[in-house]
Amino acid sequence: MPRSPIRALRALADTGHASRYSSLTSAILVLPLLAILAIGFIYPVTELVGLSLSNGGASYLRLGRDPLYLGVLATTMATAASVAVSCVLLAYPVAYAMTRLRGGAALLAAACVFIPLWTSVLIRSYAWIVLLQRNGIVNELLRTTGLIDHPLKLLYTQGAVILGMAHILLPFAILPIYATLRTLPADLVRAAANLGAGPLRGFLLVTLPLSLPGVFAGSVLCFVLALGFYITPALLGGPGSMLMATLIGQQTVVLLDWPLAAALSTILLTVTLLTVFVFRKAISLSKGFQSVH
Amino acid sequence: MGTRSTDIKLQVILSCIQTLGIIALLFFLILPTLIIIPMSISTTAYLQFPPQGLTLDWYRAFFNDPDWMSATWFSLKIAFATCFAATTVGTMTALALVRGDIPFKGFLHALSLAPMIVPHIVLGVALYLVFAPLDLTGSLTGFLIGHTVLAVPFVVITVTAALQRVDPALELASLNCGANRLQTFLHVTLPNIAPGIFSGAVFAFLASFDEATVAFFISDVDGKTISRKMFEDIDFNLTPVIAAASTVTVVASLALIGIAQLLSTDKETRTQRSECP
Repeated sequence: MPRSPIRALRALADTGHASRYSSLTSAILVLPLLAILAIGFIYPVTELVGLSLSNGGASYLRLGRDPLYLGVLATTMATAASVAVSCVLLAYPVAYAMTRLRGGAALLAAACVFIPLWTSVLIRSYAWIVLLQRNGIVNELLRTTGLIDHPLKLLYTQGAVILGMAHILLPFAILPIYATLRTLPADLVRAAANLGAGPLRGFLLVTLPLSLPGVFAGSVLCFVLALGFYITPALLGGPGSMLMATLIGQQTVVLLDWPLAAALSTILLTVTLLTVFVFRKAISLSKGFQSVH
Repeated sequence: MGTRSTDIKLQVILSCIQTLGIIALLFFLILPTLIIIPMSISTTAYLQFPPQGLTLDWYRAFFNDPDWMSATWFSLKIAFATCFAATTVGTMTALALVRGDIPFKGFLHALSLAPMIVPHIVLGVALYLVFAPLDLTGSLTGFLIGHTVLAVPFVVITVTAALQRVDPALELASLNCGANRLQTFLHVTLPNIAPGIFSGAVFAFLASFDEATVAFFISDVDGKTISRKMFEDIDFNLTPVIAAASTVTVVASLALIGIAQLLSTDKETRTQRSECP
Protein backbone atom coordinates (compact mmCIF):
# COMPACT_ATOMS: atom_id res chain seq x y z
CA MET A 1 0.00 0.00 0.00
CA PRO A 2 1.53 3.32 -1.03
CA ARG A 3 1.88 5.86 1.78
CA SER A 4 2.52 9.54 1.40
CA PRO A 5 6.00 10.57 2.57
CA ILE A 6 4.46 13.05 5.00
CA ARG A 7 2.44 10.31 6.67
CA ALA A 8 5.45 8.05 6.82
CA LEU A 9 7.46 10.85 8.44
CA ARG A 10 4.69 11.57 10.90
CA ALA A 11 4.44 7.89 11.82
CA LEU A 12 8.19 7.86 12.43
CA ALA A 13 7.94 11.07 14.48
CA ASP A 14 5.17 9.57 16.56
CA THR A 15 7.46 6.81 17.74
CA GLY A 16 9.30 9.65 19.44
CA HIS A 17 12.80 8.33 18.87
CA ALA A 18 13.94 10.06 15.72
CA SER A 19 13.07 13.65 16.73
CA ARG A 20 14.59 13.39 20.20
CA TYR A 21 17.89 14.71 21.39
CA SER A 22 20.37 12.08 22.51
CA SER A 23 20.95 11.43 26.22
CA LEU A 24 24.22 13.34 26.07
CA THR A 25 22.70 16.42 24.41
CA SER A 26 19.79 16.34 26.85
CA ALA A 27 22.15 16.09 29.81
CA ILE A 28 24.08 19.13 28.54
CA LEU A 29 20.78 21.00 28.07
CA VAL A 30 19.68 20.52 31.70
CA LEU A 31 23.12 21.18 33.17
CA PRO A 32 22.74 25.01 33.42
CA LEU A 33 19.42 24.59 35.24
CA LEU A 34 20.93 22.16 37.72
CA ALA A 35 23.91 24.48 38.22
CA ILE A 36 21.87 27.63 38.91
CA LEU A 37 19.44 25.75 41.17
CA ALA A 38 22.32 24.14 43.07
CA ILE A 39 24.01 27.51 43.67
CA GLY A 40 21.01 29.77 44.15
CA PHE A 41 18.37 27.48 45.58
CA ILE A 42 19.36 24.07 46.93
CA TYR A 43 22.61 25.06 48.63
CA PRO A 44 21.24 28.19 50.40
CA VAL A 45 18.07 26.40 51.55
CA THR A 46 20.14 23.43 52.81
CA GLU A 47 22.38 25.84 54.74
CA LEU A 48 19.29 27.46 56.25
CA VAL A 49 17.84 24.10 57.31
CA GLY A 50 21.28 23.14 58.66
CA LEU A 51 21.41 26.33 60.72
CA SER A 52 17.99 25.58 62.20
CA LEU A 53 19.34 22.22 63.42
CA SER A 54 22.48 23.69 65.02
CA ASN A 55 22.77 23.34 68.82
CA GLY A 56 20.96 20.04 68.60
CA GLY A 57 17.70 21.60 67.51
CA ALA A 58 17.48 24.00 70.47
CA SER A 59 15.57 26.50 68.30
CA TYR A 60 12.78 24.00 67.67
CA LEU A 61 12.54 23.32 71.41
CA ARG A 62 12.13 27.06 71.99
CA LEU A 63 9.44 27.24 69.32
CA GLY A 64 7.63 24.25 70.80
CA ARG A 65 7.67 25.66 74.32
CA ASP A 66 6.34 29.11 73.51
CA PRO A 67 2.64 29.10 72.60
CA LEU A 68 3.17 32.44 70.81
CA TYR A 69 4.96 30.76 67.89
CA LEU A 70 2.36 28.02 67.57
CA GLY A 71 -0.27 30.77 67.54
CA VAL A 72 1.50 32.54 64.65
CA LEU A 73 1.55 29.30 62.66
CA ALA A 74 -2.18 28.84 63.33
CA THR A 75 -2.89 32.49 62.33
CA THR A 76 -0.90 31.99 59.11
CA MET A 77 -2.89 28.89 58.15
CA ALA A 78 -6.19 30.57 59.07
CA THR A 79 -5.28 33.72 57.10
CA ALA A 80 -4.24 31.68 54.05
CA ALA A 81 -7.49 29.71 54.28
CA SER A 82 -9.62 32.90 54.53
CA VAL A 83 -7.73 34.37 51.58
CA ALA A 84 -8.29 31.20 49.52
CA VAL A 85 -12.02 31.10 50.33
CA SER A 86 -12.51 34.83 49.60
CA CYS A 87 -10.58 34.46 46.34
CA VAL A 88 -12.72 31.58 45.10
CA LEU A 89 -15.99 33.27 46.08
CA LEU A 90 -15.02 36.49 44.29
CA ALA A 91 -13.36 34.70 41.36
CA TYR A 92 -16.25 32.45 40.38
CA PRO A 93 -18.66 35.16 39.17
CA VAL A 94 -15.84 36.90 37.28
CA ALA A 95 -14.71 33.67 35.60
CA TYR A 96 -18.32 32.76 34.78
CA ALA A 97 -18.96 36.21 33.28
CA MET A 98 -15.73 35.99 31.26
CA THR A 99 -16.97 32.84 29.51
CA ARG A 100 -20.16 34.65 28.42
CA LEU A 101 -18.79 38.06 27.42
CA ARG A 102 -17.96 38.80 23.78
CA GLY A 103 -16.11 41.55 21.93
CA GLY A 104 -15.12 44.73 23.75
CA ALA A 105 -16.63 43.69 27.08
CA ALA A 106 -14.57 40.45 27.03
CA LEU A 107 -11.44 42.44 26.29
CA LEU A 108 -12.16 44.87 29.11
CA ALA A 109 -12.75 42.02 31.58
CA ALA A 110 -9.50 40.33 30.50
CA ALA A 111 -7.64 43.63 30.98
CA CYS A 112 -9.08 43.97 34.50
CA VAL A 113 -7.83 40.46 35.35
CA PHE A 114 -4.40 40.62 33.69
CA ILE A 115 -3.25 44.21 34.37
CA PRO A 116 -3.16 43.68 38.17
CA LEU A 117 -1.26 40.44 37.55
CA TRP A 118 1.48 42.47 35.83
CA THR A 119 1.53 45.19 38.48
CA SER A 120 4.09 44.53 41.21
CA VAL A 121 2.83 43.22 44.55
CA LEU A 122 4.60 46.12 46.23
CA ILE A 123 2.76 48.74 44.17
CA ARG A 124 -0.61 47.10 44.79
CA SER A 125 0.07 46.91 48.54
CA TYR A 126 1.02 50.60 48.45
CA ALA A 127 -2.25 51.39 46.68
CA TRP A 128 -4.17 49.63 49.45
CA ILE A 129 -2.37 51.80 52.03
CA VAL A 130 -3.47 54.89 50.12
CA LEU A 131 -7.05 53.59 49.96
CA LEU A 132 -7.33 52.40 53.57
CA GLN A 133 -5.38 54.98 55.58
CA ARG A 134 -7.07 57.27 58.14
CA ASN A 135 -7.65 60.10 55.69
CA GLY A 136 -7.77 57.68 52.76
CA ILE A 137 -10.40 57.36 50.08
CA VAL A 138 -12.46 54.62 51.74
CA ASN A 139 -12.78 56.57 55.00
CA GLU A 140 -13.56 59.81 53.12
CA LEU A 141 -16.22 58.04 51.09
CA LEU A 142 -17.82 56.54 54.19
CA ARG A 143 -17.79 59.94 55.89
CA THR A 144 -19.29 61.93 53.02
CA THR A 145 -22.08 59.35 52.65
CA GLY A 146 -22.74 59.77 56.38
CA LEU A 147 -22.18 56.13 57.26
CA ILE A 148 -19.55 56.99 59.88
CA ASP A 149 -18.68 60.06 61.96
CA HIS A 150 -15.06 59.29 62.74
CA PRO A 151 -12.57 57.62 60.43
CA LEU A 152 -12.29 53.88 61.00
CA LYS A 153 -9.02 52.14 61.67
CA LEU A 154 -8.82 50.07 58.51
CA LEU A 155 -5.08 49.90 57.94
CA TYR A 156 -2.67 47.76 59.98
CA THR A 157 -5.39 45.21 60.76
CA GLN A 158 -5.88 41.55 59.98
CA GLY A 159 -8.75 42.55 57.70
CA ALA A 160 -6.47 44.79 55.63
CA VAL A 161 -3.98 41.92 55.24
CA ILE A 162 -6.68 39.51 54.06
CA LEU A 163 -8.16 42.12 51.70
CA GLY A 164 -4.78 42.98 50.16
CA MET A 165 -3.71 39.36 49.79
CA ALA A 166 -7.08 38.31 48.35
CA HIS A 167 -6.87 41.13 45.83
CA ILE A 168 -3.36 40.13 44.77
CA LEU A 169 -4.20 36.42 44.48
CA LEU A 170 -7.64 36.84 42.86
CA PRO A 171 -6.34 36.32 39.26
CA PHE A 172 -4.78 33.01 40.38
CA ALA A 173 -8.27 31.81 41.31
CA ILE A 174 -10.02 33.33 38.28
CA LEU A 175 -7.77 31.72 35.67
CA PRO A 176 -8.15 28.02 36.64
CA ILE A 177 -11.91 28.43 37.15
CA TYR A 178 -12.19 30.19 33.79
CA ALA A 179 -10.14 27.41 32.15
CA THR A 180 -12.49 24.67 33.40
CA LEU A 181 -15.67 26.65 32.68
CA ARG A 182 -14.55 27.37 29.12
CA THR A 183 -14.04 23.68 28.34
CA LEU A 184 -17.56 22.71 29.48
CA PRO A 185 -19.67 21.91 26.39
CA ALA A 186 -22.48 24.45 25.99
CA ASP A 187 -24.72 21.51 24.97
CA LEU A 188 -24.85 20.30 28.58
CA VAL A 189 -26.62 23.39 29.88
CA ARG A 190 -28.88 23.41 26.84
CA ALA A 191 -29.73 19.77 27.46
CA ALA A 192 -30.57 20.59 31.06
CA ALA A 193 -32.81 23.45 29.91
CA ASN A 194 -34.43 21.14 27.38
CA LEU A 195 -35.26 18.71 30.15
CA GLY A 196 -37.03 21.47 32.05
CA ALA A 197 -34.33 22.86 34.35
CA GLY A 198 -34.46 26.61 34.87
CA PRO A 199 -31.26 28.68 34.57
CA LEU A 200 -30.56 28.42 38.31
CA ARG A 201 -31.24 24.68 38.49
CA GLY A 202 -29.17 24.10 35.36
CA PHE A 203 -26.29 26.03 36.90
CA LEU A 204 -26.47 24.34 40.30
CA LEU A 205 -26.87 20.78 38.98
CA VAL A 206 -24.73 20.90 35.81
CA THR A 207 -22.26 23.80 35.52
CA LEU A 208 -21.23 24.15 39.16
CA PRO A 209 -20.40 20.48 39.86
CA LEU A 210 -18.45 20.19 36.60
CA SER A 211 -16.39 23.31 37.38
CA LEU A 212 -15.39 22.14 40.87
CA PRO A 213 -11.93 20.88 39.76
CA GLY A 214 -11.09 24.44 38.70
CA VAL A 215 -12.46 25.84 41.96
CA PHE A 216 -10.38 23.34 43.92
CA ALA A 217 -7.23 24.08 41.88
CA GLY A 218 -7.68 27.82 42.36
CA SER A 219 -8.22 27.56 46.11
CA VAL A 220 -5.19 25.30 46.64
CA LEU A 221 -3.00 27.64 44.57
CA CYS A 222 -4.19 30.71 46.52
CA PHE A 223 -3.70 28.93 49.85
CA VAL A 224 -0.12 27.85 49.03
CA LEU A 225 0.90 31.27 47.70
CA ALA A 226 -0.74 33.04 50.66
CA LEU A 227 1.26 30.95 53.16
CA GLY A 228 4.52 32.64 52.18
CA PHE A 229 3.39 36.24 51.57
CA TYR A 230 5.75 38.77 53.08
CA ILE A 231 5.41 42.22 51.46
CA THR A 232 1.64 42.61 51.87
CA PRO A 233 1.36 41.58 55.55
CA ALA A 234 4.53 43.57 56.34
CA LEU A 235 3.02 46.76 54.90
CA LEU A 236 -0.72 46.35 55.64
CA GLY A 237 -0.59 44.34 58.87
CA GLY A 238 -0.19 45.55 62.43
CA PRO A 239 1.48 44.06 65.48
CA GLY A 240 -1.65 42.01 66.12
CA SER A 241 -1.55 40.31 62.73
CA MET A 242 1.82 38.58 62.81
CA LEU A 243 2.25 35.83 60.21
CA MET A 244 5.06 33.30 59.73
CA ALA A 245 6.69 35.40 57.01
CA THR A 246 6.54 38.68 58.97
CA LEU A 247 7.81 36.87 62.07
CA ILE A 248 10.77 35.53 60.08
CA GLY A 249 11.38 39.04 58.78
CA GLN A 250 11.32 40.45 62.31
CA GLN A 251 13.70 37.77 63.64
CA THR A 252 16.24 38.41 60.88
CA VAL A 253 16.02 42.18 60.38
CA VAL A 254 15.29 43.46 63.89
CA LEU A 255 16.22 40.78 66.43
CA LEU A 256 19.02 39.09 64.43
CA ASP A 257 18.07 35.71 65.92
CA TRP A 258 19.20 33.65 62.93
CA PRO A 259 18.82 30.12 64.36
CA LEU A 260 15.22 30.89 65.33
CA ALA A 261 14.50 32.50 61.94
CA ALA A 262 16.01 29.43 60.26
CA ALA A 263 13.78 27.11 62.29
CA LEU A 264 10.69 29.20 61.46
CA SER A 265 11.67 29.21 57.77
CA THR A 266 12.11 25.44 57.80
CA ILE A 267 8.66 25.00 59.33
CA LEU A 268 7.07 27.35 56.76
CA LEU A 269 8.89 25.54 53.94
CA THR A 270 7.78 22.13 55.24
CA VAL A 271 4.14 23.19 55.56
CA THR A 272 4.21 24.65 52.03
CA LEU A 273 5.89 21.62 50.44
CA LEU A 274 3.54 19.22 52.25
CA THR A 275 0.51 21.13 50.99
CA VAL A 276 1.90 21.15 47.46
CA PHE A 277 2.68 17.43 47.64
CA VAL A 278 -0.74 16.44 48.95
CA PHE A 279 -2.56 18.58 46.37
CA ARG A 280 -0.04 18.20 43.51
CA LYS A 281 -2.73 16.97 41.08
CA ALA A 282 -4.87 20.06 41.70
CA ILE A 283 -1.91 22.41 41.36
CA SER A 284 -0.69 20.96 38.07
CA LEU A 285 -4.24 21.31 36.79
CA SER A 286 -4.35 25.03 37.53
CA LYS A 287 -3.70 26.76 34.24
CA GLY A 288 -3.25 29.93 36.25
CA PHE A 289 0.43 29.12 36.45
CA GLN A 290 0.92 29.76 32.78
CA SER A 291 0.60 33.46 33.33
CA VAL A 292 1.78 33.67 36.89
CA HIS A 293 3.52 36.80 37.68
CA MET B 1 -50.71 37.23 32.63
CA GLY B 2 -49.88 39.35 35.65
CA THR B 3 -47.48 36.79 37.16
CA ARG B 4 -45.76 36.42 33.80
CA SER B 5 -44.92 40.12 33.53
CA THR B 6 -43.67 40.20 37.15
CA ASP B 7 -41.54 37.16 36.29
CA ILE B 8 -39.97 39.03 33.39
CA LYS B 9 -39.52 42.14 35.52
CA LEU B 10 -37.85 40.02 38.21
CA GLN B 11 -35.52 38.52 35.62
CA VAL B 12 -34.56 41.96 34.30
CA ILE B 13 -33.82 43.16 37.85
CA LEU B 14 -31.81 40.02 38.57
CA SER B 15 -29.69 40.36 35.44
CA CYS B 16 -29.12 44.05 36.27
CA ILE B 17 -27.87 43.06 39.74
CA GLN B 18 -25.62 40.43 38.16
CA THR B 19 -24.12 42.91 35.71
CA LEU B 20 -23.56 45.49 38.45
CA GLY B 21 -21.93 42.84 40.63
CA ILE B 22 -19.52 41.85 37.86
CA ILE B 23 -18.68 45.50 37.14
CA ALA B 24 -18.03 46.05 40.87
CA LEU B 25 -15.71 43.01 41.00
CA LEU B 26 -13.78 44.08 37.90
CA PHE B 27 -13.49 47.58 39.36
CA PHE B 28 -12.16 46.09 42.60
CA LEU B 29 -9.51 44.23 40.59
CA ILE B 30 -8.27 47.22 38.62
CA LEU B 31 -8.77 49.97 41.27
CA PRO B 32 -5.38 49.66 43.06
CA THR B 33 -3.51 49.85 39.75
CA LEU B 34 -5.50 52.88 38.62
CA ILE B 35 -5.42 54.79 41.91
CA ILE B 36 -1.69 55.46 41.69
CA ILE B 37 -2.18 57.70 38.63
CA PRO B 38 -4.30 60.48 40.25
CA MET B 39 -2.13 60.08 43.36
CA SER B 40 1.02 60.82 41.34
CA ILE B 41 -0.28 64.05 39.76
CA SER B 42 -2.20 65.49 42.72
CA THR B 43 -0.74 68.53 44.49
CA THR B 44 -1.75 67.30 47.94
CA ALA B 45 0.46 64.87 49.79
CA TYR B 46 -2.49 62.56 50.45
CA LEU B 47 -5.16 61.65 47.97
CA GLN B 48 -8.31 63.74 47.91
CA PHE B 49 -11.40 63.51 45.80
CA PRO B 50 -11.74 65.64 43.79
CA PRO B 51 -7.98 66.32 43.49
CA GLN B 52 -7.08 69.87 44.57
CA GLY B 53 -4.74 70.54 41.67
CA LEU B 54 -2.56 68.85 39.12
CA THR B 55 1.23 68.82 39.12
CA LEU B 56 4.16 66.93 37.66
CA ASP B 57 6.38 67.78 40.65
CA TRP B 58 6.42 64.22 41.96
CA TYR B 59 7.71 62.95 38.61
CA ARG B 60 10.36 65.68 38.60
CA ALA B 61 11.33 64.67 42.14
CA PHE B 62 11.57 61.03 41.09
CA PHE B 63 13.76 61.69 38.04
CA ASN B 64 15.98 64.19 39.89
CA ASP B 65 16.55 62.14 43.02
CA PRO B 66 19.93 60.35 42.73
CA ASP B 67 18.76 57.68 45.19
CA TRP B 68 15.69 56.75 43.13
CA MET B 69 17.65 56.93 39.89
CA SER B 70 20.50 54.69 41.05
CA ALA B 71 17.97 52.18 42.40
CA THR B 72 16.09 52.24 39.08
CA TRP B 73 19.25 51.74 37.00
CA PHE B 74 20.43 48.97 39.32
CA SER B 75 17.06 47.21 38.95
CA LEU B 76 17.16 47.59 35.15
CA LYS B 77 20.69 46.18 35.00
CA ILE B 78 19.66 43.20 37.15
CA ALA B 79 16.49 42.67 35.11
CA PHE B 80 18.36 42.66 31.77
CA ALA B 81 21.02 40.26 33.06
CA THR B 82 18.37 38.02 34.65
CA CYS B 83 16.28 38.08 31.48
CA PHE B 84 19.25 36.91 29.41
CA ALA B 85 20.34 34.20 31.89
CA ALA B 86 16.85 32.89 32.65
CA THR B 87 15.84 32.81 28.98
CA THR B 88 18.95 30.82 28.02
CA VAL B 89 18.70 28.37 30.93
CA GLY B 90 14.91 28.04 30.68
CA THR B 91 14.91 27.42 26.92
CA MET B 92 17.61 24.75 27.22
CA THR B 93 15.64 23.10 30.04
CA ALA B 94 12.41 23.14 28.04
CA LEU B 95 14.18 21.57 25.03
CA ALA B 96 15.50 18.75 27.22
CA LEU B 97 12.11 18.27 28.92
CA VAL B 98 10.05 18.14 25.72
CA ARG B 99 12.45 16.71 23.12
CA GLY B 100 15.18 15.17 25.23
CA ASP B 101 15.98 11.67 26.35
CA ILE B 102 16.61 11.97 30.08
CA PRO B 103 15.62 10.00 33.17
CA PHE B 104 13.51 11.57 35.97
CA LYS B 105 11.73 13.93 33.56
CA GLY B 106 8.80 14.48 35.91
CA PHE B 107 11.11 15.25 38.80
CA LEU B 108 13.22 17.65 36.72
CA HIS B 109 10.10 19.46 35.51
CA ALA B 110 8.85 19.82 39.10
CA LEU B 111 12.30 20.98 40.21
CA SER B 112 12.45 23.65 37.48
CA LEU B 113 9.10 25.05 38.70
CA ALA B 114 9.85 24.68 42.43
CA PRO B 115 11.13 28.27 42.98
CA MET B 116 7.61 29.48 42.14
CA ILE B 117 6.02 27.57 45.03
CA VAL B 118 8.71 27.95 47.69
CA PRO B 119 7.95 30.99 49.89
CA HIS B 120 10.11 33.86 48.65
CA ILE B 121 10.91 34.89 52.21
CA VAL B 122 12.57 31.52 52.83
CA LEU B 123 14.66 31.92 49.68
CA GLY B 124 15.48 35.53 50.59
CA VAL B 125 16.67 34.62 54.10
CA ALA B 126 18.61 31.61 52.77
CA LEU B 127 20.34 33.67 50.08
CA TYR B 128 21.26 36.39 52.59
CA LEU B 129 22.73 33.71 54.83
CA VAL B 130 25.13 32.44 52.14
CA PHE B 131 25.71 35.78 50.36
CA ALA B 132 26.62 37.88 53.40
CA PRO B 133 29.93 36.11 54.24
CA LEU B 134 30.87 36.14 50.52
CA ASP B 135 30.14 39.88 50.25
CA LEU B 136 27.57 39.19 47.53
CA THR B 137 24.72 41.16 49.12
CA GLY B 138 23.86 44.25 47.12
CA SER B 139 25.93 43.01 44.17
CA LEU B 140 24.83 42.40 40.60
CA THR B 141 26.13 38.80 40.82
CA GLY B 142 24.10 38.10 43.96
CA PHE B 143 20.89 39.49 42.45
CA LEU B 144 21.54 37.70 39.16
CA ILE B 145 21.76 34.34 40.96
CA GLY B 146 18.66 34.94 43.11
CA HIS B 147 16.50 36.41 40.37
CA THR B 148 17.50 33.83 37.74
CA VAL B 149 16.30 31.09 40.09
CA LEU B 150 12.97 32.92 40.43
CA ALA B 151 12.62 33.77 36.71
CA VAL B 152 13.55 30.41 35.11
CA PRO B 153 10.11 28.81 35.76
CA PHE B 154 8.36 31.48 33.63
CA VAL B 155 10.60 30.68 30.65
CA VAL B 156 10.29 26.90 31.16
CA ILE B 157 6.47 27.21 31.15
CA THR B 158 6.18 29.38 28.02
CA VAL B 159 8.85 27.55 25.98
CA THR B 160 7.55 24.10 26.97
CA ALA B 161 4.08 25.15 25.79
CA ALA B 162 5.51 26.51 22.52
CA LEU B 163 7.57 23.36 21.87
CA GLN B 164 4.59 21.10 22.44
CA ARG B 165 2.79 22.90 19.61
CA VAL B 166 5.62 22.26 17.13
CA ASP B 167 4.99 19.15 15.04
CA PRO B 168 8.03 16.82 15.45
CA ALA B 169 7.48 15.75 11.82
CA LEU B 170 8.75 19.17 10.72
CA GLU B 171 12.06 18.59 12.51
CA LEU B 172 12.23 15.08 11.13
CA ALA B 173 11.65 16.35 7.60
CA SER B 174 14.51 18.77 8.03
CA LEU B 175 16.82 16.00 9.29
CA ASN B 176 15.68 13.87 6.39
CA CYS B 177 16.61 16.60 3.93
CA GLY B 178 20.20 16.48 5.15
CA ALA B 179 20.27 19.18 7.83
CA ASN B 180 22.09 18.26 11.01
CA ARG B 181 20.65 18.63 14.53
CA LEU B 182 22.00 22.15 15.01
CA GLN B 183 20.80 23.38 11.60
CA THR B 184 17.41 21.82 12.25
CA PHE B 185 17.21 23.55 15.61
CA LEU B 186 18.28 26.94 14.22
CA HIS B 187 16.17 26.92 11.05
CA VAL B 188 13.12 24.86 12.00
CA THR B 189 12.61 24.60 15.76
CA LEU B 190 13.84 28.03 16.85
CA PRO B 191 11.68 30.14 14.49
CA ASN B 192 8.64 28.15 15.59
CA ILE B 193 9.22 28.60 19.31
CA ALA B 194 10.52 32.18 19.07
CA PRO B 195 7.23 33.77 20.27
CA GLY B 196 7.25 31.47 23.31
CA ILE B 197 10.88 32.34 24.09
CA PHE B 198 10.11 36.02 23.66
CA SER B 199 7.14 36.07 26.03
CA GLY B 200 9.14 33.97 28.49
CA ALA B 201 11.90 36.60 28.30
CA VAL B 202 9.42 39.41 29.00
CA PHE B 203 8.00 37.54 32.00
CA ALA B 204 11.53 36.86 33.26
CA PHE B 205 12.43 40.55 32.93
CA LEU B 206 9.34 41.65 34.86
CA ALA B 207 9.74 38.86 37.44
CA SER B 208 13.13 40.34 38.25
CA PHE B 209 12.23 44.02 38.02
CA ASP B 210 9.08 43.71 40.17
CA GLU B 211 10.56 41.22 42.64
CA ALA B 212 10.43 42.63 46.17
CA THR B 213 10.86 39.94 48.85
CA VAL B 214 14.24 38.44 47.91
CA ALA B 215 15.44 41.93 46.91
CA PHE B 216 14.46 43.16 50.37
CA PHE B 217 16.84 40.67 52.00
CA ILE B 218 19.83 40.72 49.65
CA SER B 219 19.96 44.50 49.09
CA ASP B 220 22.40 46.63 51.07
CA VAL B 221 23.11 50.33 51.50
CA ASP B 222 25.16 50.61 48.30
CA GLY B 223 23.20 48.18 46.19
CA LYS B 224 19.44 48.44 46.46
CA THR B 225 16.76 47.78 43.88
CA ILE B 226 13.82 50.05 43.09
CA SER B 227 11.51 47.69 44.98
CA ARG B 228 13.69 47.88 48.11
CA LYS B 229 13.82 51.68 47.81
CA MET B 230 10.05 51.76 47.38
CA PHE B 231 9.51 49.50 50.40
CA GLU B 232 11.70 51.74 52.59
CA ASP B 233 9.88 54.88 51.45
CA ILE B 234 6.44 53.34 52.02
CA ASP B 235 7.50 52.27 55.51
CA PHE B 236 9.20 55.57 56.29
CA ASN B 237 7.38 58.45 54.59
CA LEU B 238 4.41 58.05 52.29
CA THR B 239 5.26 60.72 49.69
CA PRO B 240 3.51 60.82 46.29
CA VAL B 241 6.97 60.29 44.74
CA ILE B 242 6.27 56.57 45.34
CA ALA B 243 3.11 56.95 43.25
CA ALA B 244 5.09 58.62 40.46
CA ALA B 245 7.71 55.85 40.55
CA SER B 246 4.93 53.23 40.57
CA THR B 247 3.15 54.83 37.62
CA VAL B 248 6.36 54.92 35.58
CA THR B 249 7.00 51.25 36.41
CA VAL B 250 3.46 50.10 35.65
CA VAL B 251 3.24 52.01 32.35
CA ALA B 252 6.63 50.64 31.25
CA SER B 253 5.65 47.08 32.24
CA LEU B 254 2.33 47.26 30.44
CA ALA B 255 3.98 48.68 27.32
CA LEU B 256 6.47 45.81 27.38
CA ILE B 257 3.70 43.21 27.80
CA GLY B 258 1.69 44.92 25.05
CA ILE B 259 4.61 44.75 22.60
CA ALA B 260 5.23 41.10 23.49
CA GLN B 261 1.55 40.28 22.98
CA LEU B 262 1.44 42.11 19.65
CA LEU B 263 4.58 40.44 18.33
CA SER B 264 3.51 36.95 19.36
CA THR B 265 -0.06 37.19 18.02
CA ASP B 266 1.28 38.67 14.77
CA LYS B 267 3.66 35.74 14.45
CA GLU B 268 0.94 33.22 15.27
CA THR B 269 -1.52 34.55 12.71
CA ARG B 270 1.23 34.59 10.09
CA THR B 271 2.13 30.94 10.71
CA GLN B 272 -1.53 30.01 10.69
CA ARG B 273 -2.02 31.78 7.41
CA SER B 274 1.02 30.15 5.82
CA GLU B 275 -0.29 26.75 6.90
CA CYS B 276 -3.46 27.32 4.89
CA PRO B 277 -3.25 25.79 1.42
